[in-house]
Amino acid sequence: MTVTARQVEIGVFAALLGAMLLLGFSAARWRRPHSLHSLEEWGVGGRAFGNWVTWFLLGGSMYTAYTYIAVPALVYGVGAAGFFAVPFAIITAPLAYLISTRTWSVSHAHGFVTSAEFTRARFGSRGLAALVAVTGIVATMPYIAVQLVALQAIMKTLGITGEWPLTVAVIVASACTFRSGLRAPALLSIAKDVLLLWLVLAIVLLVAMSGGWSAAFRGAGERFTNDVSPASGLLLPEGGWVGYLTLVLGSALAIFAYPHALTGILAARDRATVQRNAAALPVYCLALGLVAMLGFFAIGQGVRPVGGDLNTVVPQLFHEVFPAWCAGIAYAAVGVAALIPAAVMSIAAANLFTRSIYREYLRPGASPREEARVSRWVSLLAKFGALIFILLLDPQFSIEFQLIGGVIVLQTVPAVVLGLWTNWFHRWALAAGLLGGLGTGLLLLYLIPQRAPDGRILKAHFGGSNLPLSQLGFDTRSAVYTGLIALAVNLIIVVAATLLLRALRVPAGIDATRPADYFADATTAAPRHSDALLDGPTRPRVGAHAAR
Amino acid sequence: MPELGARPARRGWRWLLLIPILAPLPVGLYNRLEPQLWGIPFFYWYQVGCAVLAMAVTTFVHRMTRAGR
Repeated sequence: MTVTARQVEIGVFAALLGAMLLLGFSAARWRRPHSLHSLEEWGVGGRAFGNWVTWFLLGGSMYTAYTYIAVPALVYGVGAAGFFAVPFAIITAPLAYLISTRTWSVSHAHGFVTSAEFTRARFGSRGLAALVAVTGIVATMPYIAVQLVALQAIMKTLGITGEWPLTVAVIVASACTFRSGLRAPALLSIAKDVLLLWLVLAIVLLVAMSGGWSAAFRGAGERFTNDVSPASGLLLPEGGWVGYLTLVLGSALAIFAYPHALTGILAARDRATVQRNAAALPVYCLALGLVAMLGFFAIGQGVRPVGGDLNTVVPQLFHEVFPAWCAGIAYAAVGVAALIPAAVMSIAAANLFTRSIYREYLRPGASPREEARVSRWVSLLAKFGALIFILLLDPQFSIEFQLIGGVIVLQTVPAVVLGLWTNWFHRWALAAGLLGGLGTGLLLLYLIPQRAPDGRILKAHFGGSNLPLSQLGFDTRSAVYTGLIALAVNLIIVVAATLLLRALRVPAGIDATRPADYFADATTAAPRHSDALLDGPTRPRVGAHAAR
Repeated sequence: MPELGARPARRGWRWLLLIPILAPLPVGLYNRLEPQLWGIPFFYWYQVGCAVLAMAVTTFVHRMTRAGR
């Protein structure tokens, strides 16, 4: 019996993925804490991750498989406009230096594991905190689903059909998270980056051996000149910069509101770890830029997506140009890159539920052990919810919902991000702004049709995230990212309502944070939360950091 | 505890972070093909280059603001 290239690919993919998941299982023992039974340990890794682990974890949770699959797919489809993910990722790093250090400090000082808890303390309203938590959970769920869509795209390319392979992968990955908490994705991220580094080297070699980038861009340029779409090309079309810029800014702000991005930050050991990571994270942008340009390379190589599904362009390219074993490694890298953010997202969503809904409304006296137990089960629920979602509905729905999710989560920016600098906003004004922004965003998304390259309308609603300004009566071909318009409406409501509520002397919430909390560090903080007292600043350094 | 948020003079270095934040934003200026680098149009290599700039500036700011400790 001869072994086909496909069988080698599937074998390497399955073996590596299996090895990774075993690693995830043993993560509970990695730098073993005295107990995994508190949210501090299960949900934010004991706030003990050093420079390297934090870097891998942040890279693993923010640069998702969906990014590595969908960004080149978009570049393959429209060219320059698909490249927005790169500048977006770049500006998040210096912004994180300014924003995330404050978030880390105030969370460390008060023992927060989510941003909703910060909102509660800052603006003195558990209702607002619950609203922020629910918004975060709703925005995160479809994000988990699109990770599974990415995994499904790989399996589709490999010819693995049916529902059970995806189900098995999700069950095993969920069990890892259930057992090991944030330690599982952290350890997996390190292993994943070894595969990713291999993939990057393989891509560089491959492009060099097949005529270099000039051949790829020449081929892509020819296709874009010959196709009917006015929007596609090696450069942005006339007026296209407005949509590009607003998408970059909106996505960058949204990252600081997404619950899963915060989880990795809070797991850092001290302020300097967050700052060093802000300096080092753009390394991933280099990898992302390279992978994004693979879209052009795929055009030059004449790659055709499987069954017209653009998400299969990258997996199909690997299959056509890499040797089988190397393609198997590439698939495993992307596969693990799907399971890591899915794990972190489910942990983040679970923490939001436990701290801002369960502990506030259902069981106010919940012990740390009970909190960890509730979070574990909710994380399972989040993953299986996402799985059922994509198995029962058209995967296209989860992609649409993810698009909506970005617009939704952006509406928590005034409370979660601007709140780091000011407590001027009134709690009810923030709630009203959030709801107003959500309404505006959803309405605008509903009004955006999806058009075929020749201008025909394929789908009447939820066809994209950029609103053509011509639809608002402007005589231009530019488009603006819906999320930013909704955020502007949100902010106007917040400011107007704050002024009004103050004039009416409606009592504002009491700010439980002090200015010094925003600069607190691992060595100087005086933790007031019982959990922070347990494993706070006096905790001895263990494991990988003992030598530092 | 005044020492927590202290070192205001050194924190002035953080304004340098505006450079990498603003660099990828003037889309109209870099939306062109030439000059190319290794066959890559300017539009693409400029933006990837911004990542290197971000690392350099952020590392510099981190060093300058921590030097006094």
